[in-house]
Amino acid sequence: MAELQYREALNQALAEEMERDANVFLMGEEVARYNGAYKVSQGLLDRFGSARVVDAPISELGFAGLGVGAAMVGLRPVIEMMTWNFAILAMDQIVNNAAKLRHMSGGQLRCPIVFRGPGGAGGRLSSQHSQALEANYVHFPGLKVLAPSTPADAKGLLKAAIRDDNPVIFIEGELLYGLKRDVPEGEHLIEIGKADVKRPGKDVTIVTWSRMLTAVVEPAAEALATQGIDAEVIDLRSLKPLDEETILKSVAKTNRLVVVEEGWPWCGVGASIADIVQKKAFDHLDAPVTRVTGLDINMNYAANLERATQPSVERTLAAVNEVLYRS
Amino acid sequence: MPTKLTDETLLAMYRMMALLRRFEEKAGQAYGQKKIQGFCHLYIGQEAVAVGTQYALEPDDYMLTGYRDHAHPIARGAHPGMIMAELFGRYGGYSKGRGGSMHLFDVEHHWYGGYGIVGGQIPLAAGMAFASKYRGEDRVTVCSFGDAAANQGSFHETFNMASKWKLPVIYVCENNRYGMGTDIARVSAEAEIYKRAVAYKMRGEKVDGQDVLAVYEMMKDLADHCRSGKGPVLLEMNTYRYRGHSMSDAATYRTKEEVEEERANKDPILRLKDHLLKKRIASESGLEKLHEDINKECDEAIAFADASPEPPLEELYGDHYVNPEDPDDKPRERVLGAKDVKWPSYPKGNELKVTWDLEPKTPVKAAPARKGAA
Repeated sequence: MAELQYREALNQALAEEMERDANVFLMGEEVARYNGAYKVSQGLLDRFGSARVVDAPISELGFAGLGVGAAMVGLRPVIEMMTWNFAILAMDQIVNNAAKLRHMSGGQLRCPIVFRGPGGAGGRLSSQHSQALEANYVHFPGLKVLAPSTPADAKGLLKAAIRDDNPVIFIEGELLYGLKRDVPEGEHLIEIGKADVKRPGKDVTIVTWSRMLTAVVEPAAEALATQGIDAEVIDLRSLKPLDEETILKSVAKTNRLVVVEEGWPWCGVGASIADIVQKKAFDHLDAPVTRVTGLDINMNYAANLERATQPSVERTLAAVNEVLYRS
Repeated sequence: MPTKLTDETLLAMYRMMALLRRFEEKAGQAYGQKKIQGFCHLYIGQEAVAVGTQYALEPDDYMLTGYRDHAHPIARGAHPGMIMAELFGRYGGYSKGRGGSMHLFDVEHHWYGGYGIVGGQIPLAAGMAFASKYRGEDRVTVCSFGDAAANQGSFHETFNMASKWKLPVIYVCENNRYGMGTDIARVSAEAEIYKRAVAYKMRGEKVDGQDVLAVYEMMKDLADHCRSGKGPVLLEMNTYRYRGHSMSDAATYRTKEEVEEERANKDPILRLKDHLLKKRIASESGLEKLHEDINKECDEAIAFADASPEPPLEELYGDHYVNPEDPDDKPRERVLGAKDVKWPSYPKGNELKVTWDLEPKTPVKAAPARKGAA
């Protein structure tokens, strides 16, 4: 094990996959000479040259589509979006082309491409730059959606995403790049579609992903432990495909479920999880599934308002108390 | 019409244009019989564009277009019956009936599809050309789109990148004057689309898209330009569609006289016919026989599509996700049992050596640090 930052783990994943397969190239804004807006691509230009680490103009739709075209004829592009907020400009290429190529061609074409970049609130950036947009992408058939929370998962999943033959939406945490944790040495791959039980427990299940794990759920679980409540924490890692089995197994054990997500409540990922659980584990539930989400408003710049908008340890504890009928 | 093409080639071009027209007429009839439903955009009037282009290219050059996409793949060598079966929503179609009229793909013939979002294919073509350059291939990508697509953001974003990186791609604007019901001049500050190439430092040309030989000569020249590493081209082909935008369009935005004038005096098939007769390359009776054969071929395409089954319900969820070891669908093999299907293959892993230096290093002199700068 080596302790690495989230950004360093991603950098290792990119470098290892580019070393392994010359068809892999990285394109995006500031990825080459600038070494990445968040330094994920540090050193890659020097190592792999200017055809494989490409500084794109600020044309998200254009270079997203260029990547899709390259993937249609055998290359394996990794397209960096400086943030997922900007990728909204590229939605047409991601949704109407990448996600549908295999289908529209009746299985003649495949589209092995990764779109990656930071999502979620960045810290004092107001509304256009503080959006957790994963619910948009999980909606579309044909896409896979990953949102790792730790350096080890970030590395293992990015490597798996690059080797996958489908379009993968890879959402990093804008505030996670500096997070330091252990990463296994050597070849480290994580199967797409498998959740990870980050903390086993028996009293309540808390499902989460991305930054909410370390920012909210882990501290909440520790606080609950001091009160004698043993929370089981599930990190989804993969939002599409979803590991239903791990969630249902946990709910069968704890009989209570809280979902903590950074995004908005209406049609959020947690809403679908609640739907699945009420349908498939109804008899196991001792309380309604409860969600802690970002508030249904645009993000304010002011520090106190920004804090109040996002899920917090306090709101998570309150939700857990609710499903445990504690006051 | 002076040309170096052989008589056989000229006859073959004529035959293909006439076949494309008859095929589309039959598709229009089948639409009336509700055998084809949904959106259906006919190519009638624009045949010289597809055929002149085809003859100027190599078989393994990449091609793709928008949703008016029945003619190009047939000109590339696709099986007309399987194209018709796709229009009918049948399992014998190129996409198993998943795509229909707007999404025809024949990868065996390097036909990379029809796309239903105006201008959505423009960046894809740059990516395909990027891949060719990345692998050091001597291959050109030809991407066509209608005049209306020239006002999409994808056009501008892509041209900038394609030109900056000198990608071997020919963009063909098939200017049929109307984006659905809107005259291109009504919504364009510069309605002569080829002139926009100047802004991207790329070569821009225009050609009479109703003259198949002019189209051929121009495309030949532009393909050479691209293959020699000189970067992308924008070619505007002035053409005309005789039918509405799609089957539901009564075309009230233009006069009958305008359509009649185009049909009578500029029709690409009649123009080549005149040439063939004048030069005694073909006789009236010979061409009559040829049209009979074409009618028969198109009747057979309809019969093939009629006989093809609907896709089995077990296929409902198919072709959404793929594992690396899963095979690709090879339509001619699946539908006709063909054994001679050639499928594109590319170097895997590090068999590929990338030698392209996309942006040679230029020394950067860092600005001296200023005290107190933000």
